Amino acid sequence: MTDNTTAPAGLAAGDRVAGRLYTDPDIFDQELTRIFERTWVWVAHESELPGPGTFKSTHVGKQPVIVTRDRKGELRTLLNRCRHRGASICEKPSGKANGFTCPYHAWSYGLNGQLRGIPYPDGYEGVIDKSELSLKKLRTESYGGLVFATFNEDAEPLEEFLGDARLWIDRFMKQGGGYPIKVLGKHQFKFRGNWKIQLENTTDGYHFPIVHRSWMASVDAETADMMSFMTDPAAITHDLGNGHSVMQMVPEHSDLDADDGTEPLQGRFDDLVAELSKTLDEAQVRKLVRAMHGTGFNLNLFPNVSMSSAFFRVLRPVAVDETWIEHVAIGPDGPPEVDAVNRERLRIHEHFQGPFGFGTPDDAEGWDRVQRGAQGAPEMPILVNRGIGRETRSAEGWPTAHVTDETGMRAAYGKWKEMMGDD
Amino acid sequence: MTDATTVLSTTDPRVVRAIELIWREAELLDRKDYTAWNGLYADDGLYIIPIDPHTEDFANTLNMVYDDARMRQMRVTRMIEGYAIAAVDAARTVRTVSRFVPESVADDEVVLRSAQILIAYKRGRHDIWAGDLVHRIRLSEAGEDRIAQKVVRLVDSEEAVPAAGFLL
Ligand code: FES
Ligand SMILES: [Fe+2]
Repeated sequence: MTDNTTAPAGLAAGDRVAGRLYTDPDIFDQELTRIFERTWVWVAHESELPGPGTFKSTHVGKQPVIVTRDRKGELRTLLNRCRHRGASICEKPSGKANGFTCPYHAWSYGLNGQLRGIPYPDGYEGVIDKSELSLKKLRTESYGGLVFATFNEDAEPLEEFLGDARLWIDRFMKQGGGYPIKVLGKHQFKFRGNWKIQLENTTDGYHFPIVHRSWMASVDAETADMMSFMTDPAAITHDLGNGHSVMQMVPEHSDLDADDGTEPLQGRFDDLVAELSKTLDEAQVRKLVRAMHGTGFNLNLFPNVSMSSAFFRVLRPVAVDETWIEHVAIGPDGPPEVDAVNRERLRIHEHFQGPFGFGTPDDAEGWDRVQRGAQGAPEMPILVNRGIGRETRSAEGWPTAHVTDETGMRAAYGKWKEMMGDD
Repeated sequence: MTDATTVLSTTDPRVVRAIELIWREAELLDRKDYTAWNGLYADDGLYIIPIDPHTEDFANTLNMVYDDARMRQMRVTRMIEGYAIAAVDAARTVRTVSRFVPESVADDEVVLRSAQILIAYKRGRHDIWAGDLVHRIRLSEAGEDRIAQKVVRLVDSEEAVPAAGFLL
């Protein structure tokens, strides 16, 4: 696996990958075109685009895009690049607009990307046809409130790409406790390492008690107990196909609708329960409070988003050795009495996530170290073979091993190899 | 509250006391003496690093840090216990706090705005952290002045910052 430098696919085997996958800029460039510009990339949650005219700026791979909801309510993803001389037409992270006017020479575009107006148009008479100069559009589809876009006109339909992951997306969205999910805010941070290091981490149960020892020490006993999945044989990881995988840390919370009523609510939420009980019935309160830490699993979708316990984690490849991450806090979109739930969910999110959380900086330090170490002996393999000998198949046919095993990483690298190898 | 033209000066002795406390805080943070740092806060004190640069409703907003006494104590433990790999290998920091503007001055409380420039050095790299600070300093007769609230508004709070192993 070390001799062929022109075909990166050869650098990944089923259970190991070359360290060079993190450090070689040529491989990074190929990943952007072969993966990020060819498959479905997560761009937004529908709650970020609540009505006609709302928009959000983001990236698909390295390319800047604007996600909009047009006048008819349809979701669009537009390349954030003026058709005249290429200026970015929107630098606001989000907002509401009737359309976009380029600040350079004031060409103006509708929310659907159509070129509407050109100032002093006489110089263009017989020169251009406005209908041919819309903003470049990306295919945009959504599932379960998650909005994805792709540059690839020939990509399979989103639902097909998500495949068996859809069941887990449906389950993840149950943490709204009967209400839809909305975005509450997001942390953004960057680390000096390759994007795949982060991709691996979301289904890496093995690092948890070691890297997150200081977070574990700071939470109440009930939460710590919930997260002590290392020796629980019921805690397992499935390879869902297409590079997607799910790691079930707290299997009894995988389907929040499955509740026999015997599990006591965590004592730390007593005040919240009292507050909610003023207006909501017991069953509703129980639903909301049991979902306080989200669902008990991390769903990793190849290549750029995961649904992790109680938030979305979005990665953005910036350079071979730089990656930006968003941790998007979510909560139920309900009546004002549910605000108390969301306040508590924000505090839980702050406790672990973000550049000053009790967990994220430790993850980031680990990832930094991988990037630094991988520069030594770049052809020496990175091992993702843990648990390969105890992998079985679930009733659904998913390759399955223990939650501390590297089944999810093997799933992602399998897809990576496929996409980097075919032409 | 007394007449604005006479008191809103950085030479007012009450303001001087507040500034000295803020400088002491800055030095303790650079020395990573987090236990002593926590001792500067009032029991009901809040230490906040918001993301939204305009919000005052911190409780209903996602912040980078929203620490009451309980969270601050746990944070100090995390920073010094030796189990947090980010804290063990944290950047060395040097910060300057200056450009003080008194927002309100009274015998029991001073609110001061200021600028903080922090350089963090780690593994061959210097990172710059620039931000506006607002300190609410509670003055006491006994000379036990305490921080009742500190808000750190980073210039780049809405963008990606490095995951930090130190405090602002
Ligand atoms: S570059 Fe946009 S109008 Fe000229
Ligand atoms: Fe982690």
